[in-house]
Amino acid sequence: MIDLQGFGNQFLLGASMTMQLAAGALVLGLVLGLIGAAGKLSKSKIANALAGTYTTLIRGLPELLIVLIIYYGTAGMLTQIAGWFGHDEYVELSPYAAGVTALGITFGSYATEVFRGAIQAIPKGQIEAAHAMGMGSYMTFFRIILPQVWRIALPGLGNLFLVLLKDTALVSLIGLDELMRKTSVAISNTREPFTFYLVAAFIYLALTILTMTFMNFAERRANRGFVRAGS
Amino acid sequence: MNFEAMIEALPKLLEGTVLTLELVAFSLVIGMIFALPIALMRVSSNGFIRVIPYCYIFFFRGTPLLVQIFLVYYGASQFEVVRESSLWPILREPYWCAIIAFSMNTGAYTAEILRGAMQAVPHGQLEAARTLGMSTPMAYRRIVIPQAIRIGLPAYGNEVILMIKGSALASTITLLDLMGMTRTIIAKNYLAVEMFLAAGLIYLVLSFVFTQGFKYLELKITKDLRPHEVTNL
Repeated sequence: MIDLQGFGNQFLLGASMTMQLAAGALVLGLVLGLIGAAGKLSKSKIANALAGTYTTLIRGLPELLIVLIIYYGTAGMLTQIAGWFGHDEYVELSPYAAGVTALGITFGSYATEVFRGAIQAIPKGQIEAAHAMGMGSYMTFFRIILPQVWRIALPGLGNLFLVLLKDTALVSLIGLDELMRKTSVAISNTREPFTFYLVAAFIYLALTILTMTFMNFAERRANRGFVRAGS
Repeated sequence: MNFEAMIEALPKLLEGTVLTLELVAFSLVIGMIFALPIALMRVSSNGFIRVIPYCYIFFFRGTPLLVQIFLVYYGASQFEVVRESSLWPILREPYWCAIIAFSMNTGAYTAEILRGAMQAVPHGQLEAARTLGMSTPMAYRRIVIPQAIRIGLPAYGNEVILMIKGSALASTITLLDLMGMTRTIIAKNYLAVEMFLAAGLIYLVLSFVFTQGFKYLELKITKDLRPHEVTNL
Protein backbone atom coordinates (compact mmCIF):
# COMPACT_ATOMS: atom_id res chain seq x y z
CA MET A 1 0.00 0.00 0.00
CA ILE A 2 1.06 3.61 -0.44
CA ASP A 3 2.88 5.06 2.54
CA LEU A 4 1.47 8.50 3.27
CA GLN A 5 4.14 9.17 5.93
CA GLY A 6 1.65 10.68 8.34
CA PHE A 7 0.15 13.11 5.85
CA GLY A 8 -3.16 11.26 5.52
CA ASN A 9 -4.76 13.69 7.90
CA GLN A 10 -3.59 16.64 5.79
CA PHE A 11 -5.17 15.10 2.69
CA LEU A 12 -8.49 14.87 4.51
CA LEU A 13 -8.26 18.47 5.71
CA GLY A 14 -7.46 19.57 2.16
CA ALA A 15 -10.31 17.58 0.67
CA SER A 16 -12.68 19.10 3.19
CA MET A 17 -11.54 22.61 2.23
CA THR A 18 -11.96 21.71 -1.45
CA MET A 19 -15.56 20.67 -0.75
CA GLN A 20 -16.27 23.85 1.21
CA LEU A 21 -14.88 25.91 -1.64
CA ALA A 22 -16.95 24.02 -4.21
CA ALA A 23 -20.08 24.35 -2.06
CA GLY A 24 -19.61 28.10 -1.62
CA ALA A 25 -19.01 28.62 -5.33
CA LEU A 26 -22.02 26.43 -6.16
CA VAL A 27 -24.38 28.59 -4.09
CA LEU A 28 -23.06 31.84 -5.59
CA GLY A 29 -23.03 30.32 -9.08
CA LEU A 30 -26.64 29.10 -8.86
CA VAL A 31 -27.82 32.56 -7.80
CA LEU A 32 -25.82 34.24 -10.59
CA GLY A 33 -27.06 31.63 -13.08
CA LEU A 34 -30.71 32.28 -12.22
CA ILE A 35 -30.21 36.04 -12.45
CA GLY A 36 -28.36 35.60 -15.74
CA ALA A 37 -31.11 33.41 -17.19
CA ALA A 38 -33.75 35.90 -16.07
CA GLY A 39 -31.71 38.60 -17.81
CA LYS A 40 -31.41 36.64 -21.04
CA LEU A 41 -35.14 35.90 -21.14
CA SER A 42 -36.21 39.36 -20.02
CA LYS A 43 -38.08 41.68 -22.39
CA SER A 44 -35.67 44.47 -21.50
CA LYS A 45 -32.97 44.96 -24.14
CA ILE A 46 -30.54 46.24 -21.48
CA ALA A 47 -30.95 43.10 -19.37
CA ASN A 48 -30.42 40.96 -22.49
CA ALA A 49 -27.22 42.80 -23.32
CA LEU A 50 -25.89 42.64 -19.75
CA ALA A 51 -26.52 38.92 -19.42
CA GLY A 52 -25.10 38.29 -22.89
CA THR A 53 -21.93 40.22 -22.10
CA TYR A 54 -21.55 38.34 -18.81
CA THR A 55 -21.68 34.88 -20.39
CA THR A 56 -19.57 35.75 -23.45
CA LEU A 57 -16.86 37.45 -21.41
CA ILE A 58 -16.52 34.90 -18.64
CA ARG A 59 -16.74 31.85 -20.87
CA GLY A 60 -13.98 33.19 -23.11
CA LEU A 61 -11.48 33.76 -20.29
CA PRO A 62 -9.26 31.10 -18.69
CA GLU A 63 -10.46 30.16 -15.20
CA LEU A 64 -6.95 30.78 -13.88
CA LEU A 65 -7.08 34.37 -15.14
CA ILE A 66 -10.43 34.91 -13.41
CA VAL A 67 -9.10 33.54 -10.12
CA LEU A 68 -5.98 35.74 -10.28
CA ILE A 69 -7.81 38.89 -11.38
CA ILE A 70 -10.32 38.53 -8.54
CA TYR A 71 -7.60 37.93 -5.97
CA TYR A 72 -4.97 40.48 -7.07
CA GLY A 73 -7.19 42.85 -9.01
CA THR A 74 -9.80 43.56 -6.36
CA ALA A 75 -7.35 44.49 -3.60
CA GLY A 76 -6.71 47.96 -5.00
CA MET A 77 -10.39 48.58 -5.60
CA LEU A 78 -11.42 47.39 -2.14
CA THR A 79 -8.74 49.50 -0.47
CA GLN A 80 -10.03 52.54 -2.34
CA ILE A 81 -13.65 51.83 -1.41
CA ALA A 82 -12.64 51.32 2.23
CA GLY A 83 -10.85 54.67 1.97
CA TRP A 84 -14.13 56.45 1.15
CA PHE A 85 -15.55 55.11 4.41
CA GLY A 86 -12.61 56.36 6.39
CA HIS A 87 -10.49 53.20 6.67
CA ASP A 88 -6.93 53.69 5.57
CA GLU A 89 -5.57 50.15 5.92
CA TYR A 90 -4.94 47.75 3.04
CA VAL A 91 -8.00 45.61 2.26
CA GLU A 92 -7.97 42.41 0.24
CA LEU A 93 -10.16 39.35 -0.19
CA SER A 94 -9.14 36.21 1.66
CA PRO A 95 -8.09 33.38 -0.68
CA TYR A 96 -11.31 31.55 0.24
CA ALA A 97 -13.53 34.55 -0.56
CA ALA A 98 -11.63 35.21 -3.80
CA GLY A 99 -11.89 31.53 -4.77
CA VAL A 100 -15.62 31.36 -4.10
CA THR A 101 -16.18 34.60 -6.03
CA ALA A 102 -14.08 33.59 -9.03
CA LEU A 103 -15.41 30.03 -9.31
CA GLY A 104 -18.96 31.21 -8.56
CA ILE A 105 -18.80 33.76 -11.39
CA THR A 106 -17.48 31.07 -13.75
CA PHE A 107 -20.11 28.51 -12.71
CA GLY A 108 -22.80 31.18 -12.99
CA SER A 109 -21.96 32.01 -16.59
CA TYR A 110 -22.35 28.39 -17.69
CA ALA A 111 -25.37 27.84 -15.41
CA THR A 112 -27.06 30.82 -17.10
CA GLU A 113 -27.30 28.80 -20.32
CA VAL A 114 -28.49 25.67 -18.50
CA PHE A 115 -31.23 27.58 -16.67
CA ARG A 116 -32.23 29.45 -19.82
CA GLY A 117 -32.72 26.18 -21.65
CA ALA A 118 -34.64 24.69 -18.74
CA ILE A 119 -36.96 27.68 -18.42
CA GLN A 120 -37.63 27.64 -22.15
CA ALA A 121 -38.50 23.94 -21.92
CA ILE A 122 -41.48 24.70 -19.70
CA PRO A 123 -44.67 24.77 -21.78
CA LYS A 124 -45.80 28.32 -22.45
CA GLY A 125 -49.40 27.36 -21.69
CA GLN A 126 -48.54 26.91 -18.03
CA ILE A 127 -47.27 30.46 -17.78
CA GLU A 128 -50.33 31.80 -19.59
CA ALA A 129 -52.53 29.74 -17.28
CA ALA A 130 -50.74 31.21 -14.25
CA HIS A 131 -51.30 34.73 -15.59
CA ALA A 132 -54.94 33.88 -16.26
CA MET A 133 -55.28 32.80 -12.62
CA GLY A 134 -54.14 36.29 -11.67
CA MET A 135 -50.51 35.51 -10.70
CA GLY A 136 -47.97 38.25 -11.34
CA SER A 137 -44.66 37.66 -13.14
CA TYR A 138 -42.70 37.13 -9.91
CA MET A 139 -45.24 34.76 -8.41
CA THR A 140 -45.37 32.79 -11.67
CA PHE A 141 -41.58 32.56 -11.65
CA PHE A 142 -41.30 31.31 -8.07
CA ARG A 143 -44.38 29.08 -7.97
CA ILE A 144 -44.66 27.67 -11.48
CA ILE A 145 -41.34 27.97 -13.29
CA LEU A 146 -38.67 27.54 -10.62
CA PRO A 147 -39.98 24.27 -9.08
CA GLN A 148 -39.98 22.65 -12.52
CA VAL A 149 -36.69 24.15 -13.66
CA TRP A 150 -34.74 22.10 -11.10
CA ARG A 151 -35.84 18.84 -12.64
CA ILE A 152 -34.88 19.84 -16.18
CA ALA A 153 -31.67 21.64 -15.24
CA LEU A 154 -30.32 18.97 -12.89
CA PRO A 155 -28.25 16.89 -15.37
CA GLY A 156 -26.65 20.03 -16.85
CA LEU A 157 -25.89 21.47 -13.42
CA GLY A 158 -24.38 18.14 -12.33
CA ASN A 159 -21.89 18.29 -15.20
CA LEU A 160 -21.06 21.89 -14.37
CA PHE A 161 -20.44 20.93 -10.75
CA LEU A 162 -17.93 18.29 -11.86
CA VAL A 163 -16.08 20.99 -13.82
CA LEU A 164 -16.25 23.29 -10.80
CA LEU A 165 -14.82 20.58 -8.56
CA LYS A 166 -11.77 20.30 -10.80
CA ASP A 167 -11.39 24.08 -11.08
CA THR A 168 -11.06 24.35 -7.29
CA ALA A 169 -7.46 23.12 -7.74
CA LEU A 170 -6.65 26.53 -9.27
CA VAL A 171 -7.36 28.28 -5.98
CA SER A 172 -4.28 26.55 -4.52
CA LEU A 173 -2.27 29.04 -6.62
CA ILE A 174 -3.51 31.96 -4.52
CA GLY A 175 -2.64 30.16 -1.31
CA LEU A 176 -5.84 28.53 -0.08
CA ASP A 177 -5.06 25.37 1.90
CA GLU A 178 -7.18 23.04 -0.19
CA LEU A 179 -6.32 19.56 -1.42
CA MET A 180 -3.81 20.62 -4.08
CA ARG A 181 -1.84 22.95 -1.84
CA LYS A 182 -1.82 20.50 1.07
CA THR A 183 -0.37 17.97 -1.37
CA SER A 184 2.35 20.37 -2.53
CA VAL A 185 3.26 21.15 1.08
CA ALA A 186 3.45 17.43 1.89
CA ILE A 187 5.69 16.89 -1.15
CA SER A 188 8.17 19.54 0.00
CA ASN A 189 8.69 17.30 3.04
CA THR A 190 8.58 13.84 1.55
CA ARG A 191 10.14 14.49 -1.89
CA GLU A 192 7.78 12.00 -3.48
CA PRO A 193 5.88 14.14 -5.99
CA PHE A 194 4.56 11.34 -8.15
CA THR A 195 3.08 9.29 -5.29
CA PHE A 196 1.50 12.27 -3.58
CA TYR A 197 0.05 13.96 -6.67
CA LEU A 198 -1.33 10.57 -7.68
CA VAL A 199 -3.02 10.25 -4.27
CA ALA A 200 -4.47 13.74 -4.76
CA ALA A 201 -5.69 12.72 -8.22
CA PHE A 202 -7.45 9.70 -6.75
CA ILE A 203 -9.09 11.83 -4.07
CA TYR A 204 -10.43 14.10 -6.86
CA LEU A 205 -11.67 10.97 -8.64
CA ALA A 206 -13.37 9.80 -5.45
CA LEU A 207 -15.07 13.19 -5.08
CA THR A 208 -16.16 12.95 -8.72
CA ILE A 209 -17.67 9.49 -8.16
CA LEU A 210 -19.38 10.74 -4.99
CA THR A 211 -20.90 13.65 -6.91
CA MET A 212 -22.06 11.37 -9.73
CA THR A 213 -23.73 9.00 -7.27
CA PHE A 214 -25.46 11.88 -5.56
CA MET A 215 -26.59 13.35 -8.90
CA ASN A 216 -28.05 9.98 -9.91
CA PHE A 217 -30.01 9.89 -6.69
CA ALA A 218 -31.13 13.51 -7.02
CA GLU A 219 -32.20 13.00 -10.64
CA ARG A 220 -34.22 9.93 -9.78
CA ARG A 221 -35.87 11.80 -6.92
CA ALA A 222 -36.62 14.84 -9.09
CA ASN A 223 -38.10 12.63 -11.78
CA ARG A 224 -40.39 10.62 -9.53
CA GLY A 225 -43.89 11.03 -10.89
CA PHE A 226 -42.56 11.27 -14.44
CA VAL A 227 -42.80 8.20 -16.62
CA ARG A 228 -39.78 7.69 -18.85
CA ALA A 229 -40.54 6.87 -22.44
CA GLY A 230 -40.25 3.15 -22.98
CA SER A 231 -40.37 2.08 -19.34
CA MET B 1 -6.36 52.87 -15.56
CA ASN B 2 -2.91 53.02 -17.10
CA PHE B 3 -3.50 52.45 -20.83
CA GLU B 4 0.04 53.46 -21.70
CA ALA B 5 1.45 50.55 -19.72
CA MET B 6 -0.99 48.20 -21.45
CA ILE B 7 0.23 49.25 -24.90
CA GLU B 8 3.82 49.13 -23.72
CA ALA B 9 3.35 45.52 -22.58
CA LEU B 10 1.67 44.47 -25.79
CA PRO B 11 4.75 43.16 -27.69
CA LYS B 12 5.69 40.95 -24.72
CA LEU B 13 2.11 39.71 -24.39
CA LEU B 14 1.96 38.85 -28.07
CA GLU B 15 5.21 36.95 -27.66
CA GLY B 16 3.46 34.95 -24.93
CA THR B 17 0.46 34.46 -27.20
CA VAL B 18 2.67 32.80 -29.79
CA LEU B 19 3.84 30.27 -27.20
CA THR B 20 0.23 29.70 -26.08
CA LEU B 21 -0.83 28.98 -29.66
CA GLU B 22 2.19 26.75 -30.17
CA LEU B 23 1.38 24.69 -27.06
CA VAL B 24 -2.28 24.43 -28.04
CA ALA B 25 -1.54 23.44 -31.65
CA PHE B 26 1.02 20.79 -30.69
CA SER B 27 -1.24 19.33 -27.99
CA LEU B 28 -4.30 19.24 -30.23
CA VAL B 29 -2.45 17.41 -32.99
CA ILE B 30 -0.85 14.87 -30.65
CA GLY B 31 -4.13 14.55 -28.72
CA MET B 32 -5.97 13.78 -31.96
CA ILE B 33 -3.45 11.07 -32.83
CA PHE B 34 -4.01 9.54 -29.35
CA ALA B 35 -7.74 9.91 -29.56
CA LEU B 36 -8.52 7.89 -32.66
CA PRO B 37 -7.19 4.49 -31.48
CA ILE B 38 -8.60 5.11 -28.00
CA ALA B 39 -12.04 5.86 -29.40
CA LEU B 40 -11.86 2.78 -31.65
CA MET B 41 -10.93 0.62 -28.65
CA ARG B 42 -13.75 2.22 -26.70
CA VAL B 43 -16.36 1.00 -29.22
CA SER B 44 -14.80 -2.48 -29.49
CA SER B 45 -17.07 -5.45 -28.91
CA ASN B 46 -14.44 -7.03 -26.65
CA GLY B 47 -15.01 -6.07 -23.00
CA PHE B 48 -11.31 -6.35 -22.09
CA ILE B 49 -10.29 -3.96 -24.86
CA ARG B 50 -13.04 -1.52 -23.85
CA VAL B 51 -11.96 -1.26 -20.22
CA ILE B 52 -8.46 0.21 -20.84
CA PRO B 53 -9.58 3.37 -22.69
CA TYR B 54 -12.45 3.67 -20.23
CA CYS B 55 -10.01 3.93 -17.30
CA TYR B 56 -7.77 6.33 -19.23
CA ILE B 57 -10.67 8.61 -20.13
CA PHE B 58 -12.15 8.43 -16.63
CA PHE B 59 -8.84 9.40 -15.03
CA PHE B 60 -8.12 12.34 -17.32
CA ARG B 61 -11.65 13.70 -17.29
CA GLY B 62 -12.11 13.22 -13.55
CA THR B 63 -8.97 14.94 -12.25
CA PRO B 64 -7.92 18.60 -12.51
CA LEU B 65 -5.57 19.51 -15.35
CA LEU B 66 -3.30 21.12 -12.74
CA VAL B 67 -2.75 17.73 -11.05
CA GLN B 68 -1.96 16.17 -14.43
CA ILE B 69 0.64 18.83 -15.26
CA PHE B 70 2.28 18.54 -11.84
CA LEU B 71 2.26 14.74 -12.12
CA VAL B 72 4.27 14.93 -15.34
CA TYR B 73 6.52 17.88 -14.47
CA TYR B 74 7.31 17.21 -10.81
CA GLY B 75 6.26 13.56 -10.63
CA ALA B 76 8.60 12.18 -13.28
CA SER B 77 11.69 13.23 -11.33
CA GLN B 78 10.79 10.94 -8.41
CA PHE B 79 12.09 7.86 -10.20
CA GLU B 80 15.77 7.13 -10.62
CA VAL B 81 14.96 5.14 -13.75
CA VAL B 82 13.41 8.16 -15.42
CA ARG B 83 16.22 10.48 -14.43
CA GLU B 84 18.82 8.18 -15.92
CA SER B 85 16.89 7.29 -19.03
CA SER B 86 17.37 8.90 -22.41
CA LEU B 87 13.92 10.49 -22.00
CA TRP B 88 15.12 12.72 -19.18
CA PRO B 89 16.25 15.64 -21.40
CA ILE B 90 12.64 15.79 -22.58
CA LEU B 91 10.90 15.24 -19.24
CA ARG B 92 13.14 17.85 -17.64
CA GLU B 93 11.83 20.60 -19.91
CA PRO B 94 8.63 22.35 -18.77
CA TYR B 95 7.78 22.90 -22.45
CA TRP B 96 7.56 19.17 -23.24
CA CYS B 97 5.92 18.36 -19.91
CA ALA B 98 3.16 20.84 -20.67
CA ILE B 99 2.68 19.35 -24.13
CA ILE B 100 2.60 15.79 -22.74
CA ALA B 101 0.04 16.68 -20.06
CA PHE B 102 -2.13 18.76 -22.42
CA SER B 103 -2.09 16.14 -25.20
CA MET B 104 -3.06 13.32 -22.85
CA ASN B 105 -5.82 15.48 -21.41
CA THR B 106 -7.27 16.66 -24.70
CA GLY B 107 -6.78 13.15 -26.10
CA ALA B 108 -9.17 11.78 -23.49
CA TYR B 109 -11.83 14.41 -24.22
CA THR B 110 -11.41 14.07 -27.98
CA ALA B 111 -11.69 10.28 -27.77
CA GLU B 112 -14.98 10.64 -25.94
CA ILE B 113 -16.26 13.09 -28.58
CA LEU B 114 -15.18 10.73 -31.38
CA ARG B 115 -16.81 7.76 -29.67
CA GLY B 116 -20.11 9.59 -29.30
CA ALA B 117 -19.93 10.71 -32.93
CA MET B 118 -19.10 7.22 -34.23
CA GLN B 119 -21.97 5.72 -32.27
CA ALA B 120 -24.28 8.37 -33.73
CA VAL B 121 -23.66 7.05 -37.25
CA PRO B 122 -26.60 4.70 -37.95
CA HIS B 123 -25.52 1.10 -37.51
CA GLY B 124 -27.35 0.05 -40.67
CA GLN B 125 -24.76 1.93 -42.72
CA LEU B 126 -21.98 -0.20 -41.29
CA GLU B 127 -24.00 -3.33 -42.05
CA ALA B 128 -24.68 -2.11 -45.57
CA ALA B 129 -20.98 -1.46 -46.11
CA ARG B 130 -20.17 -4.97 -44.88
CA THR B 131 -22.80 -6.38 -47.24
CA LEU B 132 -21.16 -4.56 -50.12
CA GLY B 133 -18.02 -6.50 -49.29
CA MET B 134 -16.04 -3.87 -47.39
CA SER B 135 -13.98 -5.12 -44.49
CA THR B 136 -14.77 -3.58 -41.09
CA PRO B 137 -11.63 -1.36 -41.12
CA MET B 138 -12.48 -0.16 -44.60
CA ALA B 139 -16.09 0.49 -43.62
CA TYR B 140 -14.86 2.55 -40.67
CA ARG B 141 -12.40 4.44 -42.87
CA ARG B 142 -14.82 5.18 -45.68
CA ILE B 143 -18.24 5.29 -44.06
CA VAL B 144 -18.16 5.77 -40.29
CA ILE B 145 -15.22 8.07 -39.58
CA PRO B 146 -15.93 10.71 -42.26
CA GLN B 147 -19.46 11.09 -40.92
CA ALA B 148 -18.29 10.98 -37.31
CA ILE B 149 -15.96 13.91 -37.95
CA ARG B 150 -18.89 15.93 -39.18
CA ILE B 151 -21.08 14.99 -36.22
CA GLY B 152 -18.32 15.60 -33.68
CA LEU B 153 -17.09 18.91 -35.07
CA PRO B 154 -19.17 21.30 -32.92
CA ALA B 155 -18.18 19.44 -29.74
CA TYR B 156 -14.56 19.46 -30.87
CA GLY B 157 -14.76 23.21 -31.37
CA ASN B 158 -15.71 23.55 -27.71
CA GLU B 159 -12.80 21.31 -26.74
CA VAL B 160 -10.39 23.57 -28.65
CA ILE B 161 -11.67 26.60 -26.71
CA LEU B 162 -11.27 24.65 -23.44
CA MET B 163 -7.71 23.78 -24.47
CA ILE B 164 -6.86 27.43 -25.16
CA LYS B 165 -8.16 28.38 -21.72
CA GLY B 166 -6.51 25.37 -20.08
CA SER B 167 -3.15 26.22 -21.63
CA ALA B 168 -2.93 29.12 -19.16
CA LEU B 169 -1.89 26.47 -16.63
CA ALA B 170 1.45 26.17 -18.45
CA SER B 171 2.36 29.31 -16.51
CA THR B 172 2.39 27.26 -13.29
CA ILE B 173 5.42 25.30 -14.46
CA THR B 174 7.45 28.41 -15.32
CA LEU B 175 6.51 28.64 -19.02
CA LEU B 176 6.15 32.13 -20.42
CA ASP B 177 2.94 31.62 -22.34
CA LEU B 178 0.41 34.49 -22.43
CA MET B 179 -0.52 33.90 -18.78
CA GLY B 180 3.07 33.37 -17.66
CA MET B 181 4.22 36.48 -19.50
CA THR B 182 1.42 38.50 -17.88
CA ARG B 183 2.40 37.34 -14.41
CA THR B 184 6.07 38.14 -15.06
CA ILE B 185 5.20 41.65 -16.22
CA ILE B 186 3.01 42.18 -13.14
CA ALA B 187 5.87 41.11 -10.90
CA LYS B 188 7.84 44.01 -12.41
CA ASN B 189 5.31 46.83 -12.74
CA TYR B 190 2.66 45.87 -10.12
CA LEU B 191 -0.15 46.84 -12.52
CA ALA B 192 -2.22 43.69 -11.91
CA VAL B 193 -5.59 44.99 -13.13
CA GLU B 194 -4.27 46.52 -16.36
CA MET B 195 -2.12 43.56 -17.33
CA PHE B 196 -4.78 40.94 -16.53
CA LEU B 197 -7.31 42.94 -18.56
CA ALA B 198 -4.93 43.12 -21.51
CA ALA B 199 -4.26 39.38 -21.32
CA GLY B 200 -8.00 38.74 -20.92
CA LEU B 201 -8.68 40.71 -24.09
CA ILE B 202 -6.18 38.61 -26.03
CA TYR B 203 -7.74 35.38 -24.71
CA LEU B 204 -11.18 36.68 -25.71
CA VAL B 205 -9.94 37.45 -29.21
CA LEU B 206 -8.44 33.95 -29.47
CA SER B 207 -11.70 32.31 -28.32
CA PHE B 208 -13.68 34.47 -30.72
CA VAL B 209 -11.46 33.69 -33.72
CA PHE B 210 -11.57 29.95 -33.07
CA THR B 211 -15.33 29.92 -32.43
CA GLN B 212 -15.94 31.72 -35.72
CA GLY B 213 -13.46 29.48 -37.50
CA PHE B 214 -15.25 26.35 -36.37
CA LYS B 215 -18.63 27.84 -37.29
CA TYR B 216 -17.33 28.48 -40.80
CA LEU B 217 -15.85 24.99 -41.04
CA GLU B 218 -19.12 23.46 -39.89
CA LEU B 219 -21.01 25.42 -42.51
CA LYS B 220 -18.56 24.22 -45.15
CA ILE B 221 -18.71 20.52 -44.44
CA THR B 222 -22.45 20.28 -43.86
CA LYS B 223 -23.32 21.97 -47.13
CA ASP B 224 -25.05 18.89 -48.54
CA LEU B 225 -27.31 18.64 -45.49
CA ARG B 226 -28.96 21.98 -46.16
CA PRO B 227 -31.55 22.61 -48.84
CA HIS B 228 -30.00 23.90 -52.05
CA GLU B 229 -29.70 27.62 -52.29
CA VAL B 230 -31.05 29.06 -55.49
CA THR B 231 -28.33 31.58 -56.13
CA ASN B 232 -26.56 30.61 -59.33
CA LEU B 233 -29.36 30.11 -61.78
